[in-house]
Amino acid sequence: MADIAAEAAVPFAARQRPPAAVVGPAAWARTNLFGSWWSTALTLLIGYLALRFAWGFVSWGLVHAVWSVPHNDAGQPNSAPCRAVIGIGACWAVISDKYRFILFGFYPYDEQWRPLVCIALFLGLYGVSANRRFWRRELGLVWIAVLALIMLLMHGSATLGMTVVTDDRWGGLPLTLILATFGLALAFPLAVMVALGRRSRTMPAVRLLCVVYVELIRGVPLISLLFMSSVMFPLFMPQGVNFDNLLRAQVAIILFAAAYLAEVVRGGLQALPKGQYEAADALGLSYGRKTRLIVLPQALRIVIPPLVNTFIGFFKDTSLVLIIGIYDLLQSGRAAVDDPVWQGFGNEVYILLAAIYFCFCFAMSKYSRGLERGFSRSRVR
Amino acid sequence: MSVTADAIPEVQSAVKAGAAPAIVLEKVSKWYGSMQVLRDITLTIAQGERIVICGPSGSGKSTTIRCINRLESHQEGRIVVDGTELTDDLRALDTIRREVGMVFQSFNLFPHLTILENCTLAPIWVRKMPKAEAEELAMDYLRRVKIPEQAKKYPGQLSGGQQQRVAIARALCMKPKIMLFDEPTSALDPEMIKEVLDTMIGLAETGMTMVCVTHEMGFAQKVADRVVFMDRGEIVESGTPARMFNDPQTDRLKLFLSQILRGH
Repeated sequence: MADIAAEAAVPFAARQRPPAAVVGPAAWARTNLFGSWWSTALTLLIGYLALRFAWGFVSWGLVHAVWSVPHNDAGQPNSAPCRAVIGIGACWAVISDKYRFILFGFYPYDEQWRPLVCIALFLGLYGVSANRRFWRRELGLVWIAVLALIMLLMHGSATLGMTVVTDDRWGGLPLTLILATFGLALAFPLAVMVALGRRSRTMPAVRLLCVVYVELIRGVPLISLLFMSSVMFPLFMPQGVNFDNLLRAQVAIILFAAAYLAEVVRGGLQALPKGQYEAADALGLSYGRKTRLIVLPQALRIVIPPLVNTFIGFFKDTSLVLIIGIYDLLQSGRAAVDDPVWQGFGNEVYILLAAIYFCFCFAMSKYSRGLERGFSRSRVR
Repeated sequence: MSVTADAIPEVQSAVKAGAAPAIVLEKVSKWYGSMQVLRDITLTIAQGERIVICGPSGSGKSTTIRCINRLESHQEGRIVVDGTELTDDLRALDTIRREVGMVFQSFNLFPHLTILENCTLAPIWVRKMPKAEAEELAMDYLRRVKIPEQAKKYPGQLSGGQQQRVAIARALCMKPKIMLFDEPTSALDPEMIKEVLDTMIGLAETGMTMVCVTHEMGFAQKVADRVVFMDRGEIVESGTPARMFNDPQTDRLKLFLSQILRGH
């Protein structure tokens, strides 16, 4: 008791703020950047290199850049002004000239409003789904409806008076979003089932099937799976039966992603304390209810970081479809600089592509961190 | 003995004479691999009877009560709960789990659900009770365990003692005929043990059939109709608490009691 009394005698208000020497940017810089002569030297060296690089980029990308080029009477661009500054300045004119090809590939020029609307629909769908207020059963129906609408818009329908555009002419950003969104939206439920199946104790056959599936798919590179789907699969089918190339690539991506996601989900299932399963059993909950109400909500929260990591990986891996001749965003960008006028201006296009990929991946990463924070707020003291 | 026996009021026995037994264990044996953890456990528990099972760790006492609602399955012998025999038949298992509530050493509340949702989950999904009715019932039990004001909080925001009281309320919301307690106070800080024991004593006064694995001998003395002492997978001795504590027959029980008393 004496200790407590002595403690209370010290006025708390007097101790609320730490001394100025340990907080603030100046103190931070002193401890972290200029702590010793060695770290001061490193700070100066790295600072110098960073500034040099930044200046080089600004000089290339802004100061000496060419933003537009003259067109001749036939509408053909003349890239001579760009060629004059190669190595000194960027040629952003390639983007203003070719951006529609980069974004939409070989999709018919006059119909390109359709893929543009599809991109907007995708973004809207992501936006609505990101809000936890809308996490209800109806959201699943919204997804099905919007994805169906996207397919209708992309493909068109003669009965509705729209030009039909078959999927060998689809390309660019909408195609990348289709591959990634359909891929992950279908792979995820499959992954949950495989993960649950792999832990089944009462159905050894199901467990074996799930183990074989995961190990088999995980053991081969995605590229070889895409090759198999595009080259080998048709050989095994009866004459005349032919699925289209895009669908086969999509299925390959779903199967591949599901195997990886299943292992992530299984990690979450294993991290859940045994007592949670037992408490649910003791209350008389059936297997389905236990899984849906107790196990998955907790297991999936545990694995948000690795789950989003896998999502981001697969968003970018969709670009591998270029090896079977599908013009996704990356491949459309590469094709854009095959144009003889613009040959040699790949850097500018790749910077644009990188920026687009980065926006999507960074948004996912940022969102997942927000989600983790939101969940932990409701649980921790 | 951490709670002084004198502080606990004597609870009248509620054993219903002549009624069918609540739980029957007949020559129950269980092995983990080649190691036998239960040997010929035979025990009949009457309706309204309050049993305390005690014994050193590894004696099989937890395994025994976990067999009663089949969190563990036995390999030999018969277990009949409330007239239904425990087999691999899932329907029989559902019936039994509906009638048997369980409280765990580590509470096992669902951390992603509020206290109220923890309590209404099973009534809504297993008993098919309308949500409003289930919430009313849950609030009623939360008042009985004296924490209605925590209903909107999450388990992580409560103290250990409060969590265990919620766990008791959660089990009671299923209106079970039998309650199993698996060392309900072992994971608690000393100052919280009393609040949980008080809740259990309150429950005993309602005439509930209770099977408790516990080391709280004060609780056993005042509440139990019978104390069962287990060691190395078998029942060594059983009898009224007064007889067991004052006049132990076997050396193993004498040794156990001396260790328990020295330990506190």
